[in-house]
Parts: sequence; structure tokens; C-alpha cells
Amino acid sequence: MKYMLLMHGSQRVDAPPIHTWDPADVAAHIQFMHDTNAKLIADGEFVEAQGLAGPEEARVVRAGRAGAPEVTDGPFPESKEFLAGYWVIDVESQDRAIEVAAAVSLAPGPGGVPLNLPIEVRQVMSAPSADA
Amino acid sequence: MTDRAVEDLLRAEAPQVLAALLRRYDDFAAAEDAVQDALIAAATQWPREGVPDYPRGWLIQVANRRMLDTLRSELARRRREEHHPIEEPPPVPDRDDTLVLLFLCCHPALKPSAAIALTLRAVGGLTTAEIAGAYLIPEATMAQRISRAKLKIKESGVPFRLPTPAERSARLAAVLHVLYLIFNEGYTSSTGPDLRRSDLSTEAIRLTRGLHALLPADPEVAGLLALMLLTDARRDARTGPAGELIPLTEQDRSRWDQSQIAEGVALVTAALPRGPVGPYQVQAAINAVHDEAPTAEETDWPQLLALYGVLRGMTDNPMVALNHAVAFAMVHGAAAALDLLTTLAADKRIAHHHRLHAVRAHLLEMAGRKEAAAEEYRKAANHTASVPEQRYLTLRAARILSG
Repeated sequence: MKYMLLMHGSQRVDAPPIHTWDPADVAAHIQFMHDTNAKLIADGEFVEAQGLAGPEEARVVRAGRAGAPEVTDGPFPESKEFLAGYWVIDVESQDRAIEVAAAVSLAPGPGGVPLNLPIEVRQVMSAPSADA
Repeated sequence: MTDRAVEDLLRAEAPQVLAALLRRYDDFAAAEDAVQDALIAAATQWPREGVPDYPRGWLIQVANRRMLDTLRSELARRRREEHHPIEEPPPVPDRDDTLVLLFLCCHPALKPSAAIALTLRAVGGLTTAEIAGAYLIPEATMAQRISRAKLKIKESGVPFRLPTPAERSARLAAVLHVLYLIFNEGYTSSTGPDLRRSDLSTEAIRLTRGLHALLPADPEVAGLLALMLLTDARRDARTGPAGELIPLTEQDRSRWDQSQIAEGVALVTAALPRGPVGPYQVQAAINAVHDEAPTAEETDWPQLLALYGVLRGMTDNPMVALNHAVAFAMVHGAAAALDLLTTLAADKRIAHHHRLHAVRAHLLEMAGRKEAAAEEYRKAANHTASVPEQRYLTLRAARILSG
């Protein structure tokens, strides 16, 4: 079963924005992400992982008249939560997906303290079960 | 010989060559690597230079040479020169070792995903890239899955021989389960937006056919092969032009594969009286009843109800109870079947499953309770993890409300 783990960055979390961290803490954070992915590959569970550029760079697009794009800054300037990155993993069970999510949530912040970021666990849609 | 013919020949020979090495060396991972090297060598040389007179002997010799190289470098590393590897290639076996290999790859110590990957590679002769493509995961991930599975087998110290009579039935059940999972993955394509990836079902049928040839008297092996053929026969009719799901009752039956149906029916008919009757035979019989009905209206529901009753006695699977309720509705009416669902809904394993909502929706629709039916279809659509199924269920809800 494939699951997507959505890592939400939150401006409400105690940690300050990452660009204000001590460089060593930033490096530790990046190393953690690298090790997490390497471990998922080694376990035969990795499908994909991406980090997303900051919400300041995000645009919301709607089709306007004649399909021309209407662009607003966003996603939701007033909201305090944003998608920071995601993983797609292929695992045996939802329990295992939750276990991976918990491990990912331990990503270190300033001073190496785990950020405890909320990770949303969503099953990836697939095909239906056999009929009859 | 064409490239395609060479490829088919190599895939048939691969498990035999691997088995020959495994009879001599206990290192599954190294043996498998050596066989892959020999296959690659053959795939490049044979189309150009012609197939050797004894392809299997050729492959065993090349694989053995590669195996010796690996062992030598290991020996050198360990500085244990007193052990000299045997230079003679292992003899070409005079019997089919595919069965032993299948038992090994489907060992219960492995997780299903690992057993599937190893079986497709070592017995099916698919490349890691092909297996990764079929399961829509990166090749590096699949390579790790396979190498971990091989390591696990090596560590568990399972000998390369058939299981003992005492463990045979449980081990065969594990093999059949892995083959069934491969088939189902192909038939229903449990990942990705498209309904099916037929190559995996074709491969599962090929492997099960091979197993049936080795164990022709085993009724459950015959039952599984029949189940696959009878299900696969409906493959083309199961989806519309946009990949949308078409339920059994609405399928164009002229598109069902009659030769597969005939073969499946013959297999299950021959297997059932031999006994003991197992769940694969019963499921094959159920599919045979559907496949033999000229129209949906002519389906023999009393027969299906009886078969689901038998299947219910064999398994604690709530999905079987759900299908039993559908058959019950077709024989005794929707109202009585809805009572069965109320009982079923108390089962935590299925209480929030989309199939329970979908069946309830269907029964409510049969009973003429349109709004309640639409609401249940909507719930079912919200709970399914399948795109085509979600679309289908949403469409049903919309149709009822607009009609």
C-alpha cells in the first residue's frame, strides 16, 4: 500500500524560521532528511520524497476568462500552516506508515531538539478490489 | 532465433539454472547474481551467435564460473586458501527444481512484498527494473527489497529442498497466496490510476500454470489456476474506454474470453470431486457460475448463495460474508439481506469499509429507497481508496438522484 506523508510546516511551532537557525543545526536537519530517505530506500519502502519551496514563493492559480491564468500569491496568506514537503512510501500496512511518520516528525530543529512537526498520513488511491 | 524467442527461453531456464547452483552453494544472493550475469551474457550473445546446443548447460557453466569468481574473491579476503572451490560446474539437474525454488522464494519468513519481488525475479525471470515498473516504485527501492529478501533467506538457513510432509501444506498455502497476490496486483492494479497492469496477471497465470504442471493432482493449485483464468477472462470487459469500472452485471459478455472460461471450468470441475475442497476451488466455482451465465439475469444465484455459504465456512473474511449477503439478496430479496448487513456492520474490520456502504447502497436501490441508496453510495465513494471505484460510486449516487 502506498501512503503519502505530508509534512506541515507551521508558523505556530515554537521554532523560528529555518534561515535564522545556527548553520550547524540547519546542516543536522538536512542530514536527518538525507538519512531518513537512505533508510527508506534500504528498507525497500521509498517511492518519492520532495521538499517544497517556502510559502512565500507559492502562487494560487485559477483559470480566468478564456482559460487565462489568474494568479494570486498564496496559498493562503492568512493561514499559519503550509506544506513543507512530502514522502510517498510503499509499505505493508497503515501501522508501518504511521511508524515512519513518527520517525520523520523527529526531524531536529534548533539545538538538535526534535521539531515534532505534524505529519499527515494519507493513503494513495489505487485500483478497486477484484469483482465477484 | 529472434530476441523475443531467446528472451522466452531464458526466462524458462532461469529458475533451473538458479536451482542447479543452489544445490551446490548455499549463498542465495550470490547464486542469483551469478545467474543474472549468465542471463545477460546469453541475451547479448545468443541472438548474434546462435543458441548453443545445450542452453541450460551453457548457462549453468557461465553462472558457475561467475559464482567461483565471487567465492574466490571472498576466500582471498578471508585468507582461507585451504578451501578450494570446485571447478567442475554443477551437473545439469535431471528434474525440475522450480518447485523447490518457489517454496524458497515464498518462505513464510519473508514479508509478502519481499516474497513477491523475489518470486518474480528468481522464478519469473523478470528484471529488477521490470518488477519495479510493475509495482510503480523506483528501481533502487526494488533492488533493496530483493537483496534484503535474499539476505533473509540466507540468514534463516532454509535448506534447498522440498518442505517436509509435516510443513508442506502450510508452505504450499504460502506459495499459492503469493501467486494470488501477484495476479490480483495485475488484475486490479492496487497502485496507480489505471485499472489493471495485465503483465503481472499474465505472469501469475504463467507461474501458476507451471506449478500446476508440477503438482497436477493438487486440487487447490488447480483451483487457483482456474480462479485466475475465470477472473482474467473478463478483463477486457471490466473497463470502459476511459478506464472506468464496469460492474459484472453490466459487462458486455461477448467480450469475455471463452477459451479461458472453458479451461477454467474444466480445471475446477476436475478438481472439486478429488477433494479436499479449499477456498481457491470454491472461489473458482463462484467465478465459473458468473462466467457461464449467458446474461446477468440468467445468473444462477441460488447456486452462488450455496457456494458463498461453503466459502463462509472456510474463512473468517468479512468480505466473503458481504458477498454472501449480495447473493442472499438476489435469492431472498433486498429487505432480508439488509438485515444481514446490520449484523455485519457490527464487525469492526468492515464497519467503515467502502464495500459495506456500496453493498448497502445497492440493496437500498433494489428496495426502491432512492435517497438512502444515494447517501450510501456517497459514503462508499468517500471511503474507497480507488480512483475508478470512487468515480463509479459517485456516478451511481448522481444517477439515482437525477432519475
